[in-house]
Amino acid sequence: MALGFLLAKEFKQFIRTPIFIGLTLVFPAAIMLVIPWIVSMDIKNISVMVVDNDRSGASADFIGAIGASGYFIMEGLAADYDEALQHVELSETDAVIVIPDGFERDLLFEGGAPVQVSINAVNETRGTLGASYLGAVCAGFSADFFASHAFVAGNPSMQAAGPVPNIEVSVQNRYNPMMDYKWFMIPGLFVIILVMLCGFLPALNIVGEKEKGTIEQINITPVTKPVFILSKMIPYWIMGVGVLSVAMVLAYVIYGLAPQGSIWVIAAFSVIFVFSVSSFGLVVSNYSNTTQQAMFVMFFFILVFLLMSGLLTPIESMPEWTQVITYVNPLRYYIEMMRGVYLKGAAFGDLLPQFWALLAFAAALGAWAVASYKKQS
Amino acid sequence: MGGNVIEVEGLTKVFGDFTAVDHISFSVAKGEIFGFLGANGAGKTTAMKMLCGLSRPTSGHATVAGYDINTEAEEVKRNIGYMSQKFSLYEDLTVYENIELFAGIYGMKRKDISRKAVTILKKLGFYSERKTLVKSLPLGWKQKLAFSVAIFHGPKVVFLDEPTGGVDPVARRQFWFMIYEAAERGITVFVTTHYMDEAEYCNRISIMVDGRIEALDTPAALKRKFGTDSMDSVFYQLARGAKRSE
Repeated sequence: MALGFLLAKEFKQFIRTPIFIGLTLVFPAAIMLVIPWIVSMDIKNISVMVVDNDRSGASADFIGAIGASGYFIMEGLAADYDEALQHVELSETDAVIVIPDGFERDLLFEGGAPVQVSINAVNETRGTLGASYLGAVCAGFSADFFASHAFVAGNPSMQAAGPVPNIEVSVQNRYNPMMDYKWFMIPGLFVIILVMLCGFLPALNIVGEKEKGTIEQINITPVTKPVFILSKMIPYWIMGVGVLSVAMVLAYVIYGLAPQGSIWVIAAFSVIFVFSVSSFGLVVSNYSNTTQQAMFVMFFFILVFLLMSGLLTPIESMPEWTQVITYVNPLRYYIEMMRGVYLKGAAFGDLLPQFWALLAFAAALGAWAVASYKKQS
Repeated sequence: MGGNVIEVEGLTKVFGDFTAVDHISFSVAKGEIFGFLGANGAGKTTAMKMLCGLSRPTSGHATVAGYDINTEAEEVKRNIGYMSQKFSLYEDLTVYENIELFAGIYGMKRKDISRKAVTILKKLGFYSERKTLVKSLPLGWKQKLAFSVAIFHGPKVVFLDEPTGGVDPVARRQFWFMIYEAAERGITVFVTTHYMDEAEYCNRISIMVDGRIEALDTPAALKRKFGTDSMDSVFYQLARGAKRSE
């Protein structure tokens, strides 16, 4: 059968292109080893400069509490606010905390004391989260302070207030109990790996044959369009499944992350997803005249697909009109499935909408890939 | 239609406002070696691509091996072989793998392929090179391989687009020996060329000028008609009137 001969040819060509083999081996490993550590949205290492106008025991404890929280790095003390702000402007520090004169006295006798916080909010997330972390540190500090000074003699306000009222909120973090951002990202990274390899490589394939002229020798044969397109698709199918398996093993070995749900659900979705993505790559390849052109078009689409997939930013937070656009993004459904199965243990029945959506994409893109391949000009 | 393998009637191809092939009509008999001559840009390759089903005609009709190129392009493809101007076998496959791939696409069985390939490779003196990647072969060998692949599945017609471009005289001679052999086996050969000595090897030749066929006959008759004893001179007389250049 012609398909067998064409497949044999694709595999031979693939293994004779060392760069492709290197790419398929190194790329998933590099993504899995490095990226989970750097795409975390946790805000850490906010550097803080303190202007301590009180220089009391309480202010020293307060500074200690900030440093001990784990989110902040104590940059040091500044003489006054202007000097500290200068360091912020030079990007040497992120936040300035001004402890007013009489901080300890006010805490003891007035029942509270103001603290001024100025934070660099150029990166809005870092600013907001930094400020709220600082607020949490302050709250924790004052609770401790009042608890330990509650019955100090000569502290009428404290005695009047009695024991500090305390509401304890007990939070259960479902599905990602350690609140590890890596766990949230890793299922998404699988998707990046599949899209890059199984989307880009087919996009370069047919157009490469056009550039070399070999496509003409194929077009002159009676090979049918579906057979030719399948011969271009099946290798990436196999590659996609292989690469995904390697990535999943790495996720388990390095990060201890195993799917809560069934591996077979992931497999079923992945086969359909890779089919869609490589069909898309082949469509782009069919319409392109040069490899460069195919690269640029793919780059554009993949960037948009990734940013609009919910991979990095939740779709629910997007404006409504862009939320609508995400419905025509196959990545969206696949990522929902990945996170659902990996973290929440979703079963196939829970993912039927995603399944039908992906299946529709696969059918449409597959048909488009066949239709856009022209044997006759 | 009789014994004609190729029948062309008013075949035309227009790209935008440029008429590459302008109402050409001719026929080629079975087993004939038909030379298709013309200056660069005369429309030879475009005409050939239409006959092969690679390019859709703007208007006109043609049948190749009994099939209509407008409506039965895939049937046409089953019955022809083609060797493009630019070498277009897979450079990253070996000699044998290329033969096997294309024979396989035409539906030959693996066993038959290997038997036939061994015979042909031995005859060409290629057998020791069967596992060599095609990219490391010299051009003359590549062309011979491309021709062997084009006729491997036993087509009724083989289309050769400047098959000997850039090849040394010895290799060209060997190449034409292969063409004669194919013609003797009943394969109709449709060949474009720039070399006037090669034109003499053809049974009949047509000369295209600016998309039209200006002359069509046997080499001897053409020379008589133009009152000269060389094809070169015939060609110059016709091509001088050409308005198109490269």
